[in-house]
Amino acid sequence: MAESTEIQKFKVVGTRPIRPDGIDKVTGRARYGADYAFPGMLHGKVLRSPHAHARIKSIDIAKALKLPGIKAIVTAADLAPLPENKTEAVGEAAMNPRYLSLNILAREKVLYDGHAIAAVAATSPHIAEEALRLIEVEYEVLPPVMTVERAMEPGAPILIPELRNPESGDNPTNVAMHLPVKKGDPDAGFKSADFIVEREFHTAMVHQGYIEPHNAVGIYNSDGHATIYCSTQGSFDVRSMSAKVLGIEVGKLKVVPAEIGGGFGGKTTIYLEPLSVLLSQKTGHPVKLVMSRSEVLRASGPTSGSTIRVKMGATRDGKIVAAKVWMAYEAGAFPGSPVTAGAMTILAPYVIENVQIDAYDVVVNRPKTAAYRAPGATNAAFAAETVIDELAEKCGIDPLEMRIRNAAHEGTPHPFGPPYKRIGFVETCEAIRNSAHYKSKLTGANRGRGVAAGFWFNAGMQSSATVNIHTDGTASVVTGSPDIGGSRASMAMIAAEVLGLAFEDVRPLVADTDSIGHTDVTGGSRVTFATGMAVYQAAQDAVNQLKERAAKLMDKKPAEIEFHDGVFAATGNGAKPMKIKELAGRLARAGGPVTGRANVNARGAAPAFAATCVDVEVDPDTGKVQILRCTVAQDAGRAIHPSYVEGQMQGGTAQGIGWALNEEYVYDAKGVLRNTGLLDYRMPTCLDLPAIDAIIVEVPNPTHPLGVRGVGEVSIVPPPAALANAIYRAVGVRMTELPMSPPRLLKAILAARHEPRLAAVN
Amino acid sequence: MSKKIQVEATINGEPADFLCEPRQSLLETLRDVLELTGSKEGCLTGDCGACSVLVDGRVVCSCLMLGVEAQGRDIVTVEGLADGSRLHPLQQTFLEDASLQCGICTPGFLMSAKALLDRNPDPSEAEIRYALAGNLCRCTGYDKIVRAVQDAAKSISGGARGA
Repeated sequence: MAESTEIQKFKVVGTRPIRPDGIDKVTGRARYGADYAFPGMLHGKVLRSPHAHARIKSIDIAKALKLPGIKAIVTAADLAPLPENKTEAVGEAAMNPRYLSLNILAREKVLYDGHAIAAVAATSPHIAEEALRLIEVEYEVLPPVMTVERAMEPGAPILIPELRNPESGDNPTNVAMHLPVKKGDPDAGFKSADFIVEREFHTAMVHQGYIEPHNAVGIYNSDGHATIYCSTQGSFDVRSMSAKVLGIEVGKLKVVPAEIGGGFGGKTTIYLEPLSVLLSQKTGHPVKLVMSRSEVLRASGPTSGSTIRVKMGATRDGKIVAAKVWMAYEAGAFPGSPVTAGAMTILAPYVIENVQIDAYDVVVNRPKTAAYRAPGATNAAFAAETVIDELAEKCGIDPLEMRIRNAAHEGTPHPFGPPYKRIGFVETCEAIRNSAHYKSKLTGANRGRGVAAGFWFNAGMQSSATVNIHTDGTASVVTGSPDIGGSRASMAMIAAEVLGLAFEDVRPLVADTDSIGHTDVTGGSRVTFATGMAVYQAAQDAVNQLKERAAKLMDKKPAEIEFHDGVFAATGNGAKPMKIKELAGRLARAGGPVTGRANVNARGAAPAFAATCVDVEVDPDTGKVQILRCTVAQDAGRAIHPSYVEGQMQGGTAQGIGWALNEEYVYDAKGVLRNTGLLDYRMPTCLDLPAIDAIIVEVPNPTHPLGVRGVGEVSIVPPPAALANAIYRAVGVRMTELPMSPPRLLKAILAARHEPRLAAVN
Repeated sequence: MSKKIQVEATINGEPADFLCEPRQSLLETLRDVLELTGSKEGCLTGDCGACSVLVDGRVVCSCLMLGVEAQGRDIVTVEGLADGSRLHPLQQTFLEDASLQCGICTPGFLMSAKALLDRNPDPSEAEIRYALAGNLCRCTGYDKIVRAVQDAAKSISGGARGA
C-alpha cells in the first residue's frame, strides 16, 4: 500500500511524458546494431548445417578461400578449447560454457538444422554468401530426434554422448534433468475430491519473433582488446559469454549496446558476437555479421514445445485439493529448457495442499532454446488453467470465482517456497470481474468467453546507475540496461522524482560495459524494479552530496539541511533556501562536481499476476478463431510510466495470442525446418487482433522504494488458456494442443460432431 | 563482382545520383550506398514491412525492389518524413501515444500510415488495420499504433498541430 513506499505523493511517477529517445526512433536516426558501419568494414556470413543430426567428417575451406574478396574463414578449431562442462546462472537462464561454445560453432556433430559450422568475412555480404557455397562439408547423417516422447524412449538415438543425469547412471541419455517435487499427500487429496479432471497437453515450439535479426560488429585491436557493437538485452552477458568462448579476459572486451529491435528473452545469449571478434582478429578489419530471417528462425531463440499432463481434483465447493503434473520440455540441442520455471509457476497462483510435479528437460534435434517472456510459464498455464476451467464447470462455479476461491495471497505458501509477501492476485482477478468487458453479455452463435490467469516471479539481480548533476542543475542518469521498450523514460522519471526536477531536465543514457558498473540483462521484468532501484539510490546519493555542499555554502551541518521539491533549506534560522539549480551553479566553490552512484544486487523482487478475458467467434466450417474483445489486467506494483506498462501488457497479450492460435515450428520427417520465413511462421498482424484493453492494478511491492514489481512478462501467460476456454464455450470442444490453428480446431470440431458424448456438451 | 550502374532518382525531395550493383536491393542501396539506415531489414521477403518506403507515393517494401529500379522515381524514406526539425503529425502522435517500444518497425509503420492518410484522410479503424496489415510489430499488439494513426488523422484534418 501507499504507506510502504518512501515517497508519498508523486510529481513525475505516474505521468506519461514522451520518451527521450523517441525522436531518434521516429526519424530513423536511432542506430540499431545493423546500422553501424566503420571504415574498412568487412561483412560476415555463417555456414549452417542442412541436417538435423549428423557427424561432421570433414570441412574443406580451400576453394572458398580462393574466391576474390574473401578475407577469412573460421571454424570451431579457431575457438578457444572447449570450456568446462559446468552450469552457471546467467540472467534468467542457466548457461553451460561448453554447450555455449558448441552452439556458436559445431565440433564433431551438428545437432539441428541451422547449426553453425563456419563463418566467413568478405568485402561484401554477397561475396560472403558466395563463399559459403564453396565450403565443402562431408556429413554422416544420423537419425533425428524431434520430440520429447521419442527422445525419452529407451534406445532413442543419443544427441550428446557425454550427457548423464543422476537417474541415468553411466548410461547416455537425452534427459538432461528430472525435477521431482512433492508436497502433502496427492493420492489422499484425490480421494477427497468430488471431481477430477485429467488431460494431456501439447504445445508447439515457438519463436520470440523480434523484428530485428541478430547482429554484431566486432573490432579487434592488435593490443588484444576488442569492441563489440550489437543489439542485445545484456551487454555484460555478451561480454562474459564471448570472453568464455574466445578464451580471453573479460576486461579485454568492451560491448557497446546498440539500440535493440526487440528481444523478449531471445537476445540474452550470444550467436554472432564472438565470430565478429574472431573474424576481425584474423583480418585486421571491423567485421559485421547480420542474420537473415531464416537464420533467426532456424538457429536463434526459440522456446520449448512441451508435453504436459495435469490431473487436478476439487471438492464440490470449488476447493482444489490435489494436483499431479508431468511435464517434459524440449531443450533444443543442448540442455536448458525453462521446465524448472514451468514447474515452479504452474500452480503458483493457487493454494493447493497436495501436489506432485515431475519435470523433465529433454534434448532434441532442434535449436537450443532461449528465454522467451516468462520462460516456461505459458506452456504450463495453458495446461493448468484449462483444467481449472473444466473443474469450475463441473463444480458449477464461475471460472473467475473458482480462481479467487483458491487464490494465493499474503502469507499463503508458494508451492515450493516461502510464504508470499503482499501480492495482488485476487485484486487482478477482481479487476477483470469488475471490468465492463466481463460484465457485458456475449450473445450469438459460435461465440464464447474465456478467462485465465498467469504468474511470473519477476527478477532482481544486479544493476548500476550514476546520476550526474550538471552545472545548470539538470542531470543525466546513466545505466547499463539496454532500453528495449521505453525504460530510458522510466529511469529519467525516477531520477527526476527524487531530485525534484522536471522530467525534461533529466537525460537518460545507456552506457557500454566500460562506462558503467556491472548490470545484468534487460529481462525478467527487472529493469524498472532493479535498475530503477539503483537509479533511485543514485539520485538519493546525489541529493545527500548536494546537502553537504549546501551545508557548506549555508555554513550549516549537513544534518541541518532538508530537501523538498528541489529546494535545499536549513532547519532553524538564517540561511536562504537554495534551489537545486542555484546550488549546482555554485558547486565549483563548494567541493566540486556531484555524481550520485549506486550498485545494487536487488532483493525483494515481487511476483506479478495477470488475468485475461477474451471473447471469440469460431467459424465452425473452417476452424478460424476471430477475437472479438480482449481485456488484460496485471499487477504492476507501481506504474512509473503507465503508457509503457500498458504497452507491455498489450504486447505480451498479442504474443500469447499468436502462440495460441497460429505460431509453430514445422519440421519435416528429416528434421528440417519448413517454415523459415515470416509468411509461414505467421505472427499476428494488425488485422488479426482487436483493441486490447489494459487494466493496470497497483498493489505496491513493499520492498521497493516506489512499489515497483516489474511488468514485462506475465501478460503472455494467460492468453492460450483463455482462448482455449473461450473456444470451448463457443463450440464445445476442449483444445489440448497449441497452436489452435484452423486445421487443428476444425479437426476437433468434426471429431466432436461424430462423437455424441462430446457433442452433447455443446 | 558485377559492374555498378549509375542511377538518378529523387530521394526525400532531393535529386540523387548514385552507383549500385544490379543485385543490390533498394533497401541495401538506401542503407549501404546512401547511408539512409532508417529503413530496416527484418526479413528480406516482403513479409514484415520494416523496410517500407514510398515510391511515387505508393508503399513499397524496399527489400523487394532493386536499387537500379529507382531510376527516375520519387522515393521517400522515414528520413524524409519530417519537415526540417518539424515532425510530421504521425511522428508526433506515435511519440505522444507511446506507439513504439523497441522502435525497429516504426519507420515502416510511419511510411505505410502516411500512404494511407495521403489517400484517405479520415480512415475507420478497420481501414487503418487493413492498411497496416503488411507491417509486423512484435512489441505493442498494435493497439497504440492504431490510436496514433487515428490521432494523426484528427490532427491533420484539424490542421492545427505543430511539432
